[in-house]
Amino acid sequence: MTPQHPTAPLLQVRDLLVRYGETLAVNGVSLDVEAGKLIAIIGPNGAGKSTCFNAISGQRPPNAGEVLLDGKSISGLLPETIFSLGVGRTFQVTATVPTMTVRENVQVALISYHRRTFSPWVSARRLYREEADRLLELIGMTGQRDRACGVLAYGDLKRLELAIALANAPRLLLMDEPTAGMAPAERNELMALVARLAADRGIGVLFTEHDIDIVFSLAHRIVVMNRGQLLATGTPDVIRADPRVQEIYLGRDDHTGSAEKQPS
Amino acid sequence: MSLGLFLAQALTGLASAATLFLVSVGLSLVFGITRVVNFAHGAFFMVGAYVGYTLTNYFAASDALSYWLCVVAAAVIVGAIGMAVELLLMRRMYKVPELFQLLATFAVSLLIDDILPIIFGPEDLLAPRVRSLRGGIDLFGARMPVYDLYMIAAAAIVLLLLYIAITRTRWGVLIRAATQDRDMVGALGVNQAWLFTGVFTLGVFLAGLAGALQLGRTSANLGMGTSAITEAFVVVVIGGMGSVTGALVAAILIGELSALGVAYFPQLNLVLMFLIMAAVLAVRPSGLFGKPEALTRQHEFSDEPPLRAISRPLAFAAIALLALLTIAPAVLGTYGLSVVVDVMIAIVFAGSLYLILGPGGLVTFGHACYFGVGAYAVALGIRYAGLSFASALVLAPLAASLFALAFGWLSVRVSGVYFAMLTFALAQIVWSVVFQWYDVTGGDNGLIGLWPTSLSPLVFYFVTLALTAGSIAILGWIPHSALGYALRVTRDSPARAAAIGIDVRLVRLFAFVIASLFAGLAGGLSAFAKGSVFPTAISIGRSIDGLVMVLMGGVESIAGPVVGAAMFYLMQTEILRYTDRWRLVLGVLIILIVLVFPKGVVGSISQRLRGEESR
Ligand SMILES: Nc1ncnc2c1ncn2[C@@H]1O[C@H](COP(=O)(O)OP(=O)(O)OP(=O)(O)O)[C@@H](O)[C@H]1O
Ligand SMILES: [Mg+2]
Repeated sequence: MTPQHPTAPLLQVRDLLVRYGETLAVNGVSLDVEAGKLIAIIGPNGAGKSTCFNAISGQRPPNAGEVLLDGKSISGLLPETIFSLGVGRTFQVTATVPTMTVRENVQVALISYHRRTFSPWVSARRLYREEADRLLELIGMTGQRDRACGVLAYGDLKRLELAIALANAPRLLLMDEPTAGMAPAERNELMALVARLAADRGIGVLFTEHDIDIVFSLAHRIVVMNRGQLLATGTPDVIRADPRVQEIYLGRDDHTGSAEKQPS
Repeated sequence: MSLGLFLAQALTGLASAATLFLVSVGLSLVFGITRVVNFAHGAFFMVGAYVGYTLTNYFAASDALSYWLCVVAAAVIVGAIGMAVELLLMRRMYKVPELFQLLATFAVSLLIDDILPIIFGPEDLLAPRVRSLRGGIDLFGARMPVYDLYMIAAAAIVLLLLYIAITRTRWGVLIRAATQDRDMVGALGVNQAWLFTGVFTLGVFLAGLAGALQLGRTSANLGMGTSAITEAFVVVVIGGMGSVTGALVAAILIGELSALGVAYFPQLNLVLMFLIMAAVLAVRPSGLFGKPEALTRQHEFSDEPPLRAISRPLAFAAIALLALLTIAPAVLGTYGLSVVVDVMIAIVFAGSLYLILGPGGLVTFGHACYFGVGAYAVALGIRYAGLSFASALVLAPLAASLFALAFGWLSVRVSGVYFAMLTFALAQIVWSVVFQWYDVTGGDNGLIGLWPTSLSPLVFYFVTLALTAGSIAILGWIPHSALGYALRVTRDSPARAAAIGIDVRLVRLFAFVIASLFAGLAGGLSAFAKGSVFPTAISIGRSIDGLVMVLMGGVESIAGPVVGAAMFYLMQTEILRYTDRWRLVLGVLIILIVLVFPKGVVGSISQRLRGEESR
């Protein structure tokens, strides 16, 4: 597929607005994600980060504004359509199938990607088994692939989410707190993997992350949100120096700022 | 039509709307707070009518004031019964899965259905009418029953009181907060239990009030509970669960359209109701004033183990059973064979329901609809088109899947309790059409004499055996297929399903149609096995039988419904030899399953085995 504008970034979000009843969860947010780049959204609890992800991936259609993939509008499309356009995502609260094995969780995503869902006569257990195993190897879960997903530790579930999100060979990867609940070493390892994948495969990654060290060391650009609004966008150096960002993260504003979000 | 007649019709519609509102607002309020759909709500409505009958008979033969006092007293008594049910049963139910909540409240309605005729006898009871409440008044040249005007006034008073209670009292603040935000209910702490009891009591009180008020218009009869709950479901599905405004608007909509519909197209009344519901749901799946449901939900199957390939002992048992059934005609007589045929038909029916309930995770209360459509397709095909045995048997699953395509398209737009209520209401509409369309379906008398003269019972036995074995093989296979996997993702994690490109509604519709196809086949076979078809083939009773069969066996694998159906059938036949209070027994059985045995027989056994393996 050739992009409409050869220079257009992979993902463009323009003046996004999402309402929950009276709450303006996202209020006029714009951001870009280029192929091969890692863009981080940071902000205190309730800032609207997850809502941004949901609006982009179609889980919660935006009330106003536009989401463009390769310059074409995808706002308001169904999540399953957006998936088929090459967008993969993970969820903050993991969304996996507890009654399937780890491998089956990946297989079922592959089955859907290869459009074999409506085949009542094909045995799912044999479909795309090797492909699923390759993805599990990538995230280092080969040893767990036959375990029931319901008994996994939370950190492992998070990693499994990444494998599932990679099943449709995405061009855009949305990761909502991919490392929450992991040990620091595990975190660094996983995010280093994501950075490598982004560079090797030209995947654009939009992610949120509570570990500020990871954000500042890996992100090419950082988007700061507060109470639904865009506060600042820029390179890690610019953001680090921004007084408004410091204000939020040093907790002077009493509506915001949790300890875990303060830069160390 | 003159203006007067039109006005009279409109007022009659408003009077029906009054009853509809009183019944459904209670149902809706209770759901809004406790998230329990009270299936027994219609039964409480009926109790209201019977208690009201008794009271007015004793105390209010003459004047209007004592009549109204009796009506209110009846509602209070029913409310007290409701409170007792809440304290004894519902309290234990708030934490269990939706399916069990629905079944438990349905069990209460079964108990009521069987206890009422013991106390009041089986006849319809006509309450004495107070003279001043009788008769009519002239309205632009048309006559209008006075009582209808009182009904409207009564509903208006209740609406006003509810409005004041909800907007002006502390209790109302709690109710609004709890309805808006479910987590709020937890934060209420100690108050929560009493809030639940209070709201449940109020809801049941309103149902009793509506029932007692209804006495002025019709007799108290044993069918009124089921029709009340059907209409209430239609109203809350259209209006939106938990919304008082929604109940009001939808009640007026349905009441008026039925009243005017009766005037213009009397035969199409029920179809009209269906069309309104379809139109509203197509545009707003959560009803006119309902809030969209969240996509994620925790559900009953999250501790189910991953599917395993069919184990060798199980396959061996299946083959042995098949062999046994193949040589059975050598041993069993005609009666024995007919019992086996009946059990096999029950197995196919339960097996088809298992697909929706187990891997699909969808609670349907209308599965009998497709069984009945299959049965009537055979009956009507033979009666009016002179179909042969084979072609009638092909027609049955075809007709059922066509119905499933239409009804399923509508139903999969919603999930959870909405799905249960919608499938129930749709099945009841089909039941009513069959029941009322006397000229074609024979109504209550059914269609009889369907056995083709050329068919030998032995051939029929083997046909049934082959079809049952094939059906169960297919129904057992589907969960292992790509479709079955996708179906389980839609069940366990709808958000994930959508995010990996699975069209949740389409997958559910696909499974729904496949399941209904087999239910239709079972229905077709039963038409031949019995040689007749009656409206009970479509009734809620049959749908519940199916649910109990699956739950008795267990929902985790196809072995569950097979074992459950056989057990249920044999138990029912055995118990019916001693008593005809079957519903009482069934009601107690359901409550037992829900409270002590939620995994079913096969589920419990395989859990035991798994436990021992891992040790
Ligand atoms: N389903 C919902 N219904 C109503 N309000 C919601 C819903 N989801 C989010 N909100 C509200 O929208 C706002 C933004 O929430 P969001 O989850 O996007 O924040 P977040 O930045 O992801 O926070 P966190 O760091 O806690 O994940 C919050 O005020 C939240 O209460
Ligand atoms: Mg979030």
